[in-house]
Formats: sequence, structure tokens, C-alpha cells
Amino acid sequence: MNQVKAGTWVEIEKTLLTPQQRAPQVPEDTRQTPYIMKVAGFLVADALFGEEVSVKTMSGRLVSGTMVVVRPHYTHSFGDTVEELIPIGLGGEI
Amino acid sequence: MTRDNSYQAVMARKNEIMKSSMGLDYEVYRQGELAFDYERMMSDCGFSLEDIIRIQAETKVGNTPMFELRNLTNAVRRISEPGKGARIFVKDEAANASGSFKARRASISAYVAAQKGYKGLIAATSGNYGAAVASQAAQRGLKCIIVQEVFDSKGIGQPEIVEKGRKCEAFGAEVIKLSVGPELFYYLLLTLEETGFFNASLYTPFGIKGVESLGAELTSQIRSMTGKDPDAVMITHAGGGNLTGTARGMRAAGCDARVIACSVDLSGLHMASDHDFNRKSFTTGHTGFGIPFATWPDRTDVPRNAARSMRYMDDYILVRQGEVFYVTELLAKLEGIERGPAGNTSLTGAVALAREMNQDQIIVVQETEYTGAGKHHNSQLAFAQRMGIEVRRGNPEESVNGRSIIIPENLSQIKGHRQDMEKLRISYLKNAAKQLAPSQWSEADRKFVAEDVKKDLAWLDQALKQI
Repeated sequence: MNQVKAGTWVEIEKTLLTPQQRAPQVPEDTRQTPYIMKVAGFLVADALFGEEVSVKTMSGRLVSGTMVVVRPHYTHSFGDTVEELIPIGLGGEI
Repeated sequence: MTRDNSYQAVMARKNEIMKSSMGLDYEVYRQGELAFDYERMMSDCGFSLEDIIRIQAETKVGNTPMFELRNLTNAVRRISEPGKGARIFVKDEAANASGSFKARRASISAYVAAQKGYKGLIAATSGNYGAAVASQAAQRGLKCIIVQEVFDSKGIGQPEIVEKGRKCEAFGAEVIKLSVGPELFYYLLLTLEETGFFNASLYTPFGIKGVESLGAELTSQIRSMTGKDPDAVMITHAGGGNLTGTARGMRAAGCDARVIACSVDLSGLHMASDHDFNRKSFTTGHTGFGIPFATWPDRTDVPRNAARSMRYMDDYILVRQGEVFYVTELLAKLEGIERGPAGNTSLTGAVALAREMNQDQIIVVQETEYTGAGKHHNSQLAFAQRMGIEVRRGNPEESVNGRSIIIPENLSQIKGHRQDMEKLRISYLKNAAKQLAPSQWSEADRKFVAEDVKKDLAWLDQALKQI
């Protein structure tokens, strides 16, 4: 189940540093969290979603990590309407 | 044999990784514990201004339009004392390939990397610079990796950063997305070591030389449009490269207009805090970079920073987030051009300053940046609201960073806050003193420090008594 074919564009995630391994200068709240990396690439071999896999990235590197997204895409937008902006520039600025 | 890739081990290999990733030996410029030969380092690049312009023209960089903002100028005059309200001009840097002035900074690095036979470029940035490096790499046939701080521990990325990552990928770059923290630099080093790519740092001489064309261009455009030189040039300030390169280019063109830095005031927010990360509506051009980099430039990914803003800065103005969003909306409604809010930081500073200047004077805003989904003031404000930040109209002076964004009710509330330059210079001296006690400074160190804050030795002797 959830078999993903080799060659599929996927995003992987990897913990680079555990909270204990983080840089000495990080502030207290950040120190509670691991240092995480995500990168997208082409899946090297058939695998199950959520497994440890290798991907070939756009620069040609082989990187391993947990498969977290299949065919990652963007959803950012112009955001919900912020009504405070609408009257600006209609003559009330002076 | 596997290499030790722990944080400490990689940081300890920093110097050798840097040297092989740029082919630049900074040691030859060393003149003392603090001093180095800045001008020689800049001229050793071997590129004249004409060379820079020619190289940039090959990859769709430079020769951007200069517009006079007549409607905005008129609006400012209506709220100013009689006779006040300088003419406001803007250089539309969004017209560069990749949509910002950062294309100028990336262009020379990409050219040099290709000449030296590197296979690819790497840059660590969450800003427009990533897209610029990716765009220039694509045109020079180089691979590109952008190392970017994108999301907090909940996996949430603020819309502007997400958009900038998308744009890098649009140009064929690999984007390594990281959680919040200064270890970005650690991972940059690891990736440089792994790939052998060129380090397209923002702070090399190439990165700064590339901006000199901007200063030279704006000078000649204002001269041909108005028959005279500008009186002031307002520059959004973060790491200092924009200001340094522009000022050097103006100087090369014989223009001695006042050079004024402008940053968004984000005081109270910690730059490496997981909690604060998504409570900033500006990802660059803010005081989190602007103040530390002005008062100690050598805190970057290169041994000596070629961006040394205090050498050129005459004044430094801070503006609030709400003020910039207001002016961004006004630019669209009055002038009919939509541009990204971060690039309008200096426009906001210019509106504040134009009120104090005479009507026959000229103030130039030297950049704009592209806008679109994510990189838009409405996206930023809607996201801020989602993060629990109050957004309302009112007096921007009452806003509290991380808690509220107050959008002015009228133009006269755009005031800006002038920084005390003397205090900034003293702060620089204190940082220098942390490197080496002033009693140990050689004559070369003393001369270098004075020049680095645009002062003379007599000033230095007096100022050192205060620290």
C-alpha cells in the first residue's frame, strides 16, 4: 500500500541536529527543537510512503531521509482580504 | 573513512572550506589584528565599472528604469510645511532578471565561478538573493543550491519566504529548506564541502562590486532627467551590501549625495527564535540585520566582509512595519505600480525625509522588488493575523513588534526615526574592542577603524575615551 514509484518527485525530511547537538548560541526556545532539513528530489527506488528513502536532487546529489510529501507543491497566496488596506489611497491620506 | 560532521567539527574546518570554495585568500590583505587593505581587496577583483556593466548586460541585469513619483511627491507636499517636499524618484530594480537588485550581486559571482571552472553555485539566504543566484546560475550553465531557513518547529513557513523558495526552484535550483537557527551556516559549509561548488556569498568583493553599477546608473539617470545630482539617496539596509555597493558606485560617478540607510524596526524580536520566526512580517531590510551588520560587519560567511556600510552611511532611519505596508498600498493606488513590501522600506524612509527637504531637492529610492503571491503586503498581513498579531489602523508609534501592526491612518503619520549615528559608531568601537583591547591596536588598526566608521584619528581618540 502507498507504494511510490522510482522517479517520482518527492520531498524528504531529515533531522540534522538533535536538540542536544545544536549550536551553543541558539536561544532557549529554539534549543528545545531539533534542526530539520527538507529537500525535494526524484525517488531513487520504489518505496512506501513514510519510509527512509534516497532522492536525486536538482543539483544531482543523492540525499536520504524520510519521505514526507509526494509531488510537493505550493499553496501560498495573496492571503485573506485585509480590509484595513482597502481605503488607503482613496483620498483620506492627507 | 567518514568525516566528523558534528557542528563543532564542521565549524572548525570553516577556513579551509571557505578558501577552496572561493579561490580567494584573504590573508594577503591583512594589515594588523583588525586592519586589512579593503580597497586593495576590492580592486584585486580585476573588474572595472565598465566590465561589471558589460558582464551584467549578458545576463539581463542593470539598466533598470528610473521613475519620478509625481503623485506621491504631490501628496507629501500637501502635508508638508510651505516650500517643503522633495521630488521623489524610484529606481525600478524589480526589472532585473529575478526581480530585485540582488541580481547585480549574484551576477559577478556567477561569472567568476564559470570562469574558474566551478560546476555550481551555493548561497545561504532566505531573501531575494537566492532567486538571483538561481537565475544567474541558470544563464551561465551552472548548477545551483540555495540553503534557506524556511519553517518553524511546527513546519510553518511565512508566505514571503515560501515564495522566495518557489522562485529559486522555478530557475532550476535545488532548495535545501531548514528549520529556524544559525546552523544554516553549518549546513552551508557541509554542502560546500560535499559538492565543491562556488560559495556565492553576499559579502565577497564580487557581491559588492556588482552593486556599484546601481550607484553609477542612478547618478547618470538623475543627471539626465533633472540636470543635476540627487541630494539624498535612500537605501534599504540589512547586511550592508546594498548601501556599500551603491555608495561606491555613486562615488565613482562623482556624486556626493547624502547616503541614507533605512531599515524596518523589528526591535524586541530575536532573529534565531523559533517562536519569533513567524511573527516578523519582514524577512530582510530590518534592524535584526541592519544594526549588527553596521556596527560589526565581520560576522558573515567570509573572513572579511566587503560590505562595510558605516564607511558610507550619513544617516540611518528606522520605519515601522505598518508604515511600509501603508506606503506599499499607496504606491499601487497613486502611482499605478505594484511592488514588494520589503523593497518599499526605503520608499517609506524617503516619504518621511522628503517632508523635511525643500521642493527643489531630489531624493532617490534606489530599489524596488517584484511582488506576487506570498510576497505581497496583503499576504503578510493576513498571515500575521493568523499568527495572532493584531492588525489595525491607527498611530504606528503604538505598535509592538510581534504583537501588533498598526497601519497609519494618514500620510502625516509616516515619520520614521532617525538613529543617532554617533551611538552607532561607538557601538562599532565596542565591538572592535571585544576583538582586541584598544590599547593593543597598531597604527594600522587605528587608521582602519576610523575609516570604517567614516571618521578621522582625532575623533577616534576622543571616542575611545567613552568606551
